[in-house]
Amino acid sequence: MAEKILEVKNLKQHFGSIKAVDGISFDVYEGETLGLVGESGCGKSTTGRSIIRLYDITDGEITFQGKNIHGKKSKKELKQFNKEMQMIFQDPYASLNPRMTAGEIIAEGFDIHGMYKNKKERKEKIGTLLESVGLNREHANRYAHEFSGGQRQRIGIARALSLDPSFIIADEPISALDVSIQAQVVNLLRQLQKERGLTYLFIAHDLSMVKYISDRIAVMRRGKIVELGTAEDIYNYPVHPYTKSLLSAIPLPDPISEATRTRIPYEHEEVGDDAKSHEVFPGHFVFGTDAQVKEWYTH
Amino acid sequence: MTQSNENLPKISKDKFTIVGGKHDKTDQLAEKSVSFWKEVRLRFMHNKLAIVGFFILIIVALMAIFVPWLSPYSYREQLGVYNAPPSAAHWFGTDDLGRDIFVRVWFGARISLFIGLSAAVIDLIIGVAWGSIAGLAGGRVDDIMMRIADVLTAVPYLLVVIILLVVLQPGLLPMIIALSITGWVNMARIVRGEVLSIKSREYVLAARTLGANTTHIIMKHLVPNALGAILVTMTLTIPSAIFTESFLSYLGLGVPQPMASWGTMASDGNNALDTAPWRLIFPAILISVTIFAFNAVGDGLRDALDPKLRK
Amino acid sequence: MSENLLEVKNLKINFKTYAGIVQAVRGVNFEVKQGETLCIVGESGSGKSVTSNALMKLIPQPPGIYEEGQILFDGRDLVPMTEKEMTKIRGNEIAMIFQDPMTALNPTMRIGKQIMEVILKHNKNVSKADAKKRAIELIDQVGIPFPEQRFKQYPHEFSGGMRQRIVIAIALAAEPKLLIADEPTTALDVTIQAQIIELMKEIQRTSNTAIIFITHDLGVVANIADRVAVMYAGQIVEYGTANEIFYNPKHPYTWGLLGSMPDLDNDADQLLRTIPGSPPDLIHPPKGDAFAARNEYAMQIDYEQDPPMFEVSATHFAKTWLLHPDAPNVPVPEAVRKRIEGYIQKNKEAGIDLGKVGE
Repeated sequence: MAEKILEVKNLKQHFGSIKAVDGISFDVYEGETLGLVGESGCGKSTTGRSIIRLYDITDGEITFQGKNIHGKKSKKELKQFNKEMQMIFQDPYASLNPRMTAGEIIAEGFDIHGMYKNKKERKEKIGTLLESVGLNREHANRYAHEFSGGQRQRIGIARALSLDPSFIIADEPISALDVSIQAQVVNLLRQLQKERGLTYLFIAHDLSMVKYISDRIAVMRRGKIVELGTAEDIYNYPVHPYTKSLLSAIPLPDPISEATRTRIPYEHEEVGDDAKSHEVFPGHFVFGTDAQVKEWYTH
Repeated sequence: MTQSNENLPKISKDKFTIVGGKHDKTDQLAEKSVSFWKEVRLRFMHNKLAIVGFFILIIVALMAIFVPWLSPYSYREQLGVYNAPPSAAHWFGTDDLGRDIFVRVWFGARISLFIGLSAAVIDLIIGVAWGSIAGLAGGRVDDIMMRIADVLTAVPYLLVVIILLVVLQPGLLPMIIALSITGWVNMARIVRGEVLSIKSREYVLAARTLGANTTHIIMKHLVPNALGAILVTMTLTIPSAIFTESFLSYLGLGVPQPMASWGTMASDGNNALDTAPWRLIFPAILISVTIFAFNAVGDGLRDALDPKLRK
Repeated sequence: MSENLLEVKNLKINFKTYAGIVQAVRGVNFEVKQGETLCIVGESGSGKSVTSNALMKLIPQPPGIYEEGQILFDGRDLVPMTEKEMTKIRGNEIAMIFQDPMTALNPTMRIGKQIMEVILKHNKNVSKADAKKRAIELIDQVGIPFPEQRFKQYPHEFSGGMRQRIVIAIALAAEPKLLIADEPTTALDVTIQAQIIELMKEIQRTSNTAIIFITHDLGVVANIADRVAVMYAGQIVEYGTANEIFYNPKHPYTWGLLGSMPDLDNDADQLLRTIPGSPPDLIHPPKGDAFAARNEYAMQIDYEQDPPMFEVSATHFAKTWLLHPDAPNVPVPEAVRKRIEGYIQKNKEAGIDLGKVGE
């Protein structure tokens, strides 16, 4: 198995009395895509933002490339961290500064880190990045609002690639896009992963796209990871009733089976303090009390 | 539905060869690149009222600059013709001391505009600094700074100004100080609101993940994006300062004689309403027209900056 | 066959902007029968929401212009109607549900009162007590537990999914003949979306209301539609029953939409089929077929002449030159065909034979 690139241990992120993330643990291996799914408010985006240090965490430990990433850091260490880990955002309209051109947006990273010798090299780098995400290098001088949603998301991807990171957190990168454009962006992400050996944490609420792009999937609900396993396992052999409910709710483009398909409603069962993560199958974890997990598994 | 397969138009068969898509063309952008500010300008130019206001302001400014300079009379020169009605020699007539009102009105424009602009600039400096520090720092600092601003606005404004002017003696500088002492609070509030909303936008988060420091975020993201709101607030501060100045002059707290502002002139003219109405009418018209023009420009600017607001 | 409740004929809607005139809807024809669900599916900018707003005469004029066409509802043309006449129809005979339920709810009014208001406005002979009883019934009908207690609550006390249920209850209060739902589930989580769709289907079974459902999600369409209109660049490019659209699609754009959805059963190693490029600029719509530039099967004629709606069956039409008798035979792309065959196979195993469809 590949090396662990990221280890999250008992991460807690509380905002006042709201426990957005409430003690989750998972690992991400080099070169893989870990999908993090859940419905709105489950804490998946907060998890992503905590990992990339946009929030100071309440409790827990996050180790990236063998180093604890929270706590005091020197400027040099921080800069190194910024180069290694990047983020793609959800909203292609809010994630690009409307007063900047595509070139300025993409160059922001290497402007900050002073990663070029002269103007010519900077321009060349912008052009290469634009082309690597399937945009025209002549468009560097255009403003964000001149691009379509899908093109804007490509600019966001180019910005994330500008520092040549090894790990990218994609926070719902396609949920604001049209269906046909979603496929373009997902294909681009997969192609870039292959070319550059990237590792992704892919956050989404759409289980079908996550299933497609991920090697492993973690299902989150109310600040906890309720189930984690390979994409095939989660899809074919879900154990937690919440995962089953989510899967049953995905609408399929098949009218006849849709007419007869039954949704599995999820009735939340309170879990006490004795609930923990159980490995029901090698690499397949389910969160619950001993009795619950036993019942779900045999069911 | 409309079409059946019969009665199809005749089309030559060779048109039915597959030539494939030309999707590269669909990814082309529009011919011309339009920057945000260029678009704002275009939208502003479509607003007739704002354009009228804009030209009025230019005319007022040019007159204020050139009339006192080129006119044969000076604003303080007593010509010996008292309370003369408008004529070819004195376009707006003369006042009770025999001074040419046309020259005085445009000289007054200098004073009134200077007061308005200075107040706006001081508001801008204090308000932007105060508001952006509060918004950026957040938490306790924000609370304390905004409570101080609240206290300032809670004290009756006019009382502060009158006390200040009485203590400092009426004059140009005391007037500007009096206008700015609470005026900046509005600007500070607006800037703070903008900063709070911009700093949580995804592009600012993206800059932070790229390793940007606070200076970079302020210069590249906060200032360019808050500039519109600041500009509008400033444009709307000027007329209110001009109005307040006129009002204070009416109460006898204006700039001292023989200097003239629109407010002092209107105040003087008021006493001679029956005998020499032109002494009130001309400064009053200029006050109204200028305030209207500034407001029109400010509103036009706001609409141009955020077209969604109009819906 | 039942009577057409709504008939839209050659509807054209333009918008005046600084950049020029946007031809948002470019000659749309469809009809809705009593008690059936028509799904209008398309991407952003396809004109689907403009079309649905146009039916309610909710297009602001200016900048909107009803350039051409008729909207015949129960035999009356809505296009020339005045605002006053429309207010009688809106909410009474045609009700609308939007994506964001909060835009339709008054935050300062108890939800029970909001429902009662519509009932009382709709039927002047109803007493207040009866209206209250009916409102509580409606809250119960849309699946909100403890309707009597909920009656007294304010919108902010409900979750997003519950709010959308209340909006549906309000829409139903006037017993409309036609319900227009503009992406009512897009902002909701998938489990809540499934519940709302179930609810809408249930309503249709019990009250025989016709529904126009606007969405970009083909999965949702398969779930709820009797008939489907696929919109692209302000035009309907394919129109047919749900089975026809999903098992026997004819338009390359429909193929593209179906192909770009990930298939839960299929192998993940393949890249998704995409529709290359971007939709056209509707200020200067391209000559010929608007989809040509993104269509890998585009023919010379596509760049020259706008195709008519070709008839596939009595209920199925597609606007592509590929259906012209002289056009080469282009089969459904393999990835899409495989998936459809997979579904047909699965349905066969489950004992449902599709018969002729899908060949």
